Amino acid sequence: MAKILLEMKNITKTFPGVKALDNVNLQVEEGEIHALVGENGAGKSTLMNVLSGIYPYGTYEGDIVYDGEICQFNTIKDSEEKGIVIIHQELALIPYMTIGENMFLGNERGSKFKINWNETNDLAAEYLKTVGLKEMPQVLIKDIGVGKQQLVEIAKALAKKAKLLILDEPTASLNEDDSKALLELLLKLKKEGLTSIIISHKLNEISYVADKITVIRDGSTIETLDKMTDDISEGRIIKGMVGRELSDRFPKREKKCLTDEVMMEVKNWSVYHPLYMERKVVDDVSIHVKKGEVLGISGLMGAGRTELAMSLFGKSYGRDISGEIVIKGQKVELNSVQDAIKHKLAYVTEDRKGNGLILSNPIKINTTLANLGAVSNHSIIDKDKEYAAAVEYKEKLKTKCPTVEQNVGNLSGGNQQKVLLAKWMFAEPDILILDEPTRGIDVGAKYEIYCIINQLVAEGKSVIMISSEMPEILGMCDRIYVMNEGKMVGELSGEEATQEIIMSHILKADSKGE
Amino acid sequence: MNKAKSLEFIKKYTMIIVLIVVTVFFAWQTNGNILLPMSISSLISQNAYVFILATGMLLCILTGGNIDLSVGSVVCFVGAIGAVLMVEMNVNMWVAILVMILVGTLIGAFQGFWIAFVRIPPFIVTLAGMLAFRGLSNVVLDGMTVSIKECTAFVNLFGGGADCYIPDFFGNGPINITCILAGVVAAVIYVLMQFKGRATKVKKGYEVEKFGVMIARVIVIVAVIIALSISLAMHKGIPSVLIWVLVVIMVYGYITSNTTVGRYFYAVGGNEKATRLSGINTDKVYFLAYTNMGFLAALAGMVTIARLTSAQPTYGQNYEMDAIGSCFIGGASAYGGIGTVPGVIIGAVLMGIINLGMSLMGVDQNWQKVVKGLVLLAAVIFDVVSKRGGKLMAKN
Repeated sequence: MAKILLEMKNITKTFPGVKALDNVNLQVEEGEIHALVGENGAGKSTLMNVLSGIYPYGTYEGDIVYDGEICQFNTIKDSEEKGIVIIHQELALIPYMTIGENMFLGNERGSKFKINWNETNDLAAEYLKTVGLKEMPQVLIKDIGVGKQQLVEIAKALAKKAKLLILDEPTASLNEDDSKALLELLLKLKKEGLTSIIISHKLNEISYVADKITVIRDGSTIETLDKMTDDISEGRIIKGMVGRELSDRFPKREKKCLTDEVMMEVKNWSVYHPLYMERKVVDDVSIHVKKGEVLGISGLMGAGRTELAMSLFGKSYGRDISGEIVIKGQKVELNSVQDAIKHKLAYVTEDRKGNGLILSNPIKINTTLANLGAVSNHSIIDKDKEYAAAVEYKEKLKTKCPTVEQNVGNLSGGNQQKVLLAKWMFAEPDILILDEPTRGIDVGAKYEIYCIINQLVAEGKSVIMISSEMPEILGMCDRIYVMNEGKMVGELSGEEATQEIIMSHILKADSKGE
Repeated sequence: MNKAKSLEFIKKYTMIIVLIVVTVFFAWQTNGNILLPMSISSLISQNAYVFILATGMLLCILTGGNIDLSVGSVVCFVGAIGAVLMVEMNVNMWVAILVMILVGTLIGAFQGFWIAFVRIPPFIVTLAGMLAFRGLSNVVLDGMTVSIKECTAFVNLFGGGADCYIPDFFGNGPINITCILAGVVAAVIYVLMQFKGRATKVKKGYEVEKFGVMIARVIVIVAVIIALSISLAMHKGIPSVLIWVLVVIMVYGYITSNTTVGRYFYAVGGNEKATRLSGINTDKVYFLAYTNMGFLAALAGMVTIARLTSAQPTYGQNYEMDAIGSCFIGGASAYGGIGTVPGVIIGAVLMGIINLGMSLMGVDQNWQKVVKGLVLLAAVIFDVVSKRGGKLMAKN
């Protein structure tokens, strides 16, 4: 048995209110490619952040043993000095700097007062050759494609004398050829003695490159599969990823709310990325939602679900949007958020702090913001009416707060989510798109949010729920669409759907689409 | 009162407390000279432009800590146009006023266009405006001073010169009875409004503050109004410029706290993305803030040339800094979304008192600037640190 390079022992990491990692163990041998798989939010990235020192020593429990000694990393710099280099999912390159400058950023050649550009570019050229990238070091990052940028990231890691390379979803934004090249490069580097840990959702790629696979679920290590001794087929991995029981975490809907009346229909909806104009983020999607229905849209992160929702909501995302929206049998053009709200559509964002709430303002101001007209007379706000409205919704949604004068920033995540829901319920929509409505909130608050959703459909509204948490989709939805890489790849009824079926829809599309 | 409550009280009324402390300090240092009716009267006339500009600046700052550097130059440019029109071209006063207002507003709209719709950083746009309109003022005035002493109607209207006071309609005694009456009327109106507001709230079943708290507040404010009017009555009466200032404060105080448009300024500064996703046209909000700033700069320009009874190419220098300083001292957040008109006025008064007090003490001009700079820095440090829960350093 080869030497064990890295061992993470009993790592436990808690965030306020959430146990993100619970006694996780990971063993990586020298010279192997070790894959880390699990659903969104299972704790993969958290584990890697612990390893690389982003969460410094002391903020977690357990030990990191690297190369035979216990490590106490306080910053990324500490871990990099030992040869542990992490490449994040979002590329961390600076567009208006050259390849060479980027590769040695924070690691400059020459002295503090004079950068040695010749050495920089010579070395850069050498590493570029190692990763097989045929570009001059003087080329600006913005002028090369994403695939090449990913190679620059790897070259940059090698320039830091990496012994253990961690790649977080390295092929997420690459096309098939670039992905293939990247995987080949990893295999080549492995032959040269480099150890890597790869996090990926693309199980076919993992089966191809990995020597060992560790499955993480709900913050715990489930199992480690060895290529030599175990079955590492996709089906086997999926079983490890999702194998959890569905308990009674979802309130039953009292009466049958679902009707046959179509509330909204979207036909051939396509959206392009706002910056990378050639990238189609939503590709010819057609969906419909009925009155009183809870419709789920499932898929992995980056599948295009949020982009679909926001582009429907008054074109607040993307460019060159094409397609047709029919609401209650009438074709409508929603060119602005105002139009969307007027046509009784609401979008409750996944990013409540960034896109949803004004944290520095009180609950009452947040509650009425999307429908100020309802509490004002000729543009003059009736503050008493506003206060009363905020109190009404606070009680309706059981928001826990001393008064509605409380600033939203001081509330817990679950209560913030309720204020956000209150804001959009106050806008009196018929169709609510809830994007990750229970992200980052505890189980109790989740249950209450589910109750609110049931109440909404009972009132004859339609709810479109976007969620990465499959149990939630399965537990709540009447019907489920599966989305992957901008396309709708499956439609299932709530009864027939299981996690395995949804996953296999996504994976089938993955291997077919690329 | 427990500890948390008293802390909150201090935090809420910090600037008022500081204002009182500073006033007491200067009263002691100047043997009470700063409290003389004449001092108070000149405090108002000297700082009228700051009150007006700071109110407009608040709207810009609310949208996200954005400032308008051009106001000083716009004040000068608008004043120059007005003076040239009235004196050299003999244009009717009302036409001249209209032209000045239009020019100021158009300048604001011009800058607002680039800031709101083309998304050029406000700092750059208004820096360009600051340079350009300073230059244009020189061009309009041909580098000379234009005296408007002869335009008495204009000067009186905007509170300049020797007769810049509302005349006493009840004889010519040592005490201006009109002024006292106005003070009493204002106090009565205030008291009636407070009680009426409370009664409506009770009738509709809304929550009301404790009766004692309200009475205490009403008494303090009535006392301030009466004291101010007596003080002014003992020195020639109400400066006519005070009317303009009060109108601006009341109108903008109302807009910012009671209208939907006012709410949008706060919302954009608090979280622009969330505001846009709530169906509010945020571009328009920026445009409005800067257009309005141009409008108020025009008003300040008229007040300035009336007070100095002339237009000169150097007028209005550093006015933008006075306005910006008042906003931040008065509790506006450098990140936007927080700040009130009354707060900003208190900030402006504080700056005015520090200026006047130091002048009365005979402190060197240059040292006065040092002190003002430090006060501004201290105010913003206080704002930022108190928001971080009292921690001084940003990290750890």
